[in-house]
Amino acid sequence: MTLEASESERPGAHPADSAPVELSVQDLHAYYGESHVLHGMSFDVPRGEVVTLLGRNGAGKTTCLKCIMGLLRQRKGSIRFSGTELIGMQPHRIARLGLGFCPEERGIYASMTAEENLLLPPKIQEGGMSVEEIYRLFPNLKERAKSQGTKLSGGEQQMLAIGRILRTGAKTLLLDEPTEGLAPVIVRQIGDIIKRLRASGYTIVLVEQNFQFASTVADRHYIVEDGKVMEMIPNADLHANMDKLREYLAV
Amino acid sequence: MIFDLLGVPPQALLGQLLLGLINGSFYALLSLGLALIFGMLNIINFAHGALYMMGAFVSWMLLTYLGIPFWPSLILAPLIVALFGMALERTMLSKLYHLDHLYGLLLTFGLALIIEGAFRTMYGVSGRVYPIPEILRGGTNLGFMFLPNYRAFVVVVALFVCLGVWFFIERTRIGSYLRAGTENPELLQAFGINVPRMITLTYGLGVGLAALTGVLAAPIYQVHPLMGFHMIIVVFAVVVIGGLGSMLGAIVTGLLLGVVEGFTRVFYPEASATVVFIIMAIVLLLRPQGLFGKR
Repeated sequence: MTLEASESERPGAHPADSAPVELSVQDLHAYYGESHVLHGMSFDVPRGEVVTLLGRNGAGKTTCLKCIMGLLRQRKGSIRFSGTELIGMQPHRIARLGLGFCPEERGIYASMTAEENLLLPPKIQEGGMSVEEIYRLFPNLKERAKSQGTKLSGGEQQMLAIGRILRTGAKTLLLDEPTEGLAPVIVRQIGDIIKRLRASGYTIVLVEQNFQFASTVADRHYIVEDGKVMEMIPNADLHANMDKLREYLAV
Repeated sequence: MIFDLLGVPPQALLGQLLLGLINGSFYALLSLGLALIFGMLNIINFAHGALYMMGAFVSWMLLTYLGIPFWPSLILAPLIVALFGMALERTMLSKLYHLDHLYGLLLTFGLALIIEGAFRTMYGVSGRVYPIPEILRGGTNLGFMFLPNYRAFVVVVALFVCLGVWFFIERTRIGSYLRAGTENPELLQAFGINVPRMITLTYGLGVGLAALTGVLAAPIYQVHPLMGFHMIIVVFAVVVIGGLGSMLGAIVTGLLLGVVEGFTRVFYPEASATVVFIIMAIVLLLRPQGLFGKR
């Protein structure tokens, strides 16, 4: 662990921990039509860790998740997930490798009830949670099961969006700003869920702007700016790096 | 009796009601396919009428050249036309999804002209007769009217197929993917569903429904290269009235307008060809999203 201080100065370097790297993004470039939005992004996600991509609006965090899922086709570089190269692969094939995606806008289907939303994503691997387990994790969802998905409160929709990918057996989750616009009590609840998922072996990539929240759940943070990873800060060193962080995240 | 009051004999009224129901069944099947295709592909399928005509023609060709009778044709012809449709989707339509609706409309309109033109070149403009299958010839006397068996059969089959498709979409797992794909295909694909393949199959299903309608229509109308052209204009009006993108709306509006047409033929025959368009104009003025459409 003494190595970590020097690790933080080499963004994207392989971690010193023994945990194997589950997801490795190297020199990722992405384009929206003519505009170049990711400029050589690199970072590693060790298996079983919660890793955040921290950065301002427009830094490229969401774009990065979309590249991983293959939803943004114009991408170059390398994205390896448990050894498989994802660049050039279609989104549905990528998902079937065991990735669960929870988009920023949550993506709850309006034409379906909460329960239909929960049951929608197909099982892609063994070992997913049962509906009962998900309801135990999110008791609110059970009460709202028959309501139209988009009639749920923001917090409930977020829980539904997370719960939905826990049924599928995906063991690596990409969560795009799950706490955005939610009340503190709900944010805490979602934080608890993330900690419980980590404890049961999930690997999680969390896109966040709220580093207070990020610091309560994550093992390490990658600071994203202008489509690049500027720095890696282990969670233990977060407070020592507060000034730097403020600078990066200041609006 | 209300019939006597209006000076219309009940036989005529019920006869027209039945005729209306048959037309309505065709409208329902065709507009259901159109709604399915529009929901998933974002394309207004102007080739729908031509594919309906192809259904009738393929069925006639199977009978004439290969001696394959009506019953196997009922499955075989829609399957053949659906495969043809899926090839069109893969090679042409799929290139247009990221563009405005207008491009899909133009392409499918062009395809309709080409398909209809090809059949006109091969078979001319005279209609061909498709005999009613032996077992469904004749009719049943219901006391108040004479019910031709084949026409009753058409209405029953159309209703079953419509209900089947509706059940498939609303109540099955694959149907839930279809609904989700209509709403947010990108996320659905990120859940692991092969959305491009699903789009192709949806087009195949919509086209298959059109062709099935053609097979059913063949013994009633003449098999004619332009039979789809006349049909499709009314069906588009039906779709506008029902609201694009609603399955149930397509089915109910189709049947309803068929019946309205039938009644108009009894009470004011001069308007029977235009009544659908008058209703369309009124709906567009009062409820532009259609009777079942969502804002």
